[in-house]
Amino acid sequence: MLAVIGTYPRKDFPLVFGKIAMEDERICIQGERIPVNRGTPALMAAALRTAEALGQPAPFGYLVGDIGQGKGSRLLYDHLTHNLPQTGFSTLTFHYLQPIVHWHDRVLSAIERISKRPVLIADAGYMYMAKMSGHAPAYDLFTPDVGELAFLADEKAPHPLYTRGFILHEENKVPDLINRAYANKNASRFLLVKGVKDYVANREGILGIIENPVTEALEAIGGTGDTLTGLVSALIESGIEISEAALIGAHANRLAGFLANPTPATQVMEIIRQIPKALPEALDSRRGRK
Amino acid sequence: MLEDKDCGLLVFENTTEVIRAENVLKAEGCEIRLMGPPPEIQSGCDLVIVFPLMEKLNILRALTDRGVSPIDVVPVSSPLLHPVDLFQVKDYGAYLMVRAANMKLCVDKNSRRIVNISGGGCPDVPYLAYEMVGKSIGEAPSPRKIGHTLCGYALDLAFEEIKRRCLPS
Repeated sequence: MLAVIGTYPRKDFPLVFGKIAMEDERICIQGERIPVNRGTPALMAAALRTAEALGQPAPFGYLVGDIGQGKGSRLLYDHLTHNLPQTGFSTLTFHYLQPIVHWHDRVLSAIERISKRPVLIADAGYMYMAKMSGHAPAYDLFTPDVGELAFLADEKAPHPLYTRGFILHEENKVPDLINRAYANKNASRFLLVKGVKDYVANREGILGIIENPVTEALEAIGGTGDTLTGLVSALIESGIEISEAALIGAHANRLAGFLANPTPATQVMEIIRQIPKALPEALDSRRGRK
Repeated sequence: MLEDKDCGLLVFENTTEVIRAENVLKAEGCEIRLMGPPPEIQSGCDLVIVFPLMEKLNILRALTDRGVSPIDVVPVSSPLLHPVDLFQVKDYGAYLMVRAANMKLCVDKNSRRIVNISGGGCPDVPYLAYEMVGKSIGEAPSPRKIGHTLCGYALDLAFEEIKRRCLPS
């Protein structure tokens, strides 16, 4: 089973965990109903819609309130440290969590005690922390945008805010940045780089590029990276090989964005609504290319 | 500007405290800057305040008086990291988007309403989006005041840049 782990931006929201459901376009876990604006709820909603479209079981979710002070993240880290070894998750996707390196290392140690090692996916703050901790190669997939790729490529930067200026995060530098991230052991087994073009790569080089359809407004819309990570997580959990899942997910996310006919003011739920229509088209397209 | 060898670092519990201390010290007219900590004291989502060592007593007194004391004061012993200070701007016609580091903020040029916030990875990003999206840039709370992390700090850079471009001077 896929488990998605992250935060919800309310200070007093409790730690909840359980199977994810959706009612009236709200995520439901353990009786809590959570609106889907961006962040981890958007990732969960996209993963759920993808799993449904694939005929797979609903993902499991861990969610805790945190507005950036780290209190909720610490509570969740502590819970995971004690409970992950007893779970049988086959894919774990880590998302918006307060970057605290020593907690990352404790959670990774707990994962190593799971009887069969799950596929590990990291996005957002957890990806920052995985790199900062020096354990990036322990992960199977990171999903950075081009700016975050520059951060991964800069061996000195502990956060994207400190990426050095000479490591330019420009689209035409993506292949160089990927090489540099791998050379410094700051990349996961596979990378899915989100941008004007989406790149799927590993240590050997670029495995595929998805560049259509082009919908410029998507870059401005909060949550479109989260939906992509949700799509790919559910595709991987369904048994599709990681690089293949990344290529299909990138195409499906672009199609969902295109079908929503967005402006820069569009909200991400409008894109999630299109996933059931976009995913079969992306799967057919991929089958047609093989 | 002082050289690093003449400076010390004020280390705080979290980024929220750093921003509070910066506001106190700037109001006092102190010559300080925000920088990234050297590797030996990095713990996660960090900023430190660089200050002239000659001013140590005055600075610590000002901070103690305002209830925002550092957890440590150390000399600068290795190169510090500079926060990104470049902006990328994208004009969508009716909308303008500014990117600072990993944070993007997009406004409707006509109404000056914030229509989207994207990027980032720390948990205050969805919180800041919740508090800011839908409000005009003249009325929205500043990420510097309600944010808690480096992503919040980066969003504040984008927010100030978009205000500079869209509000009358």
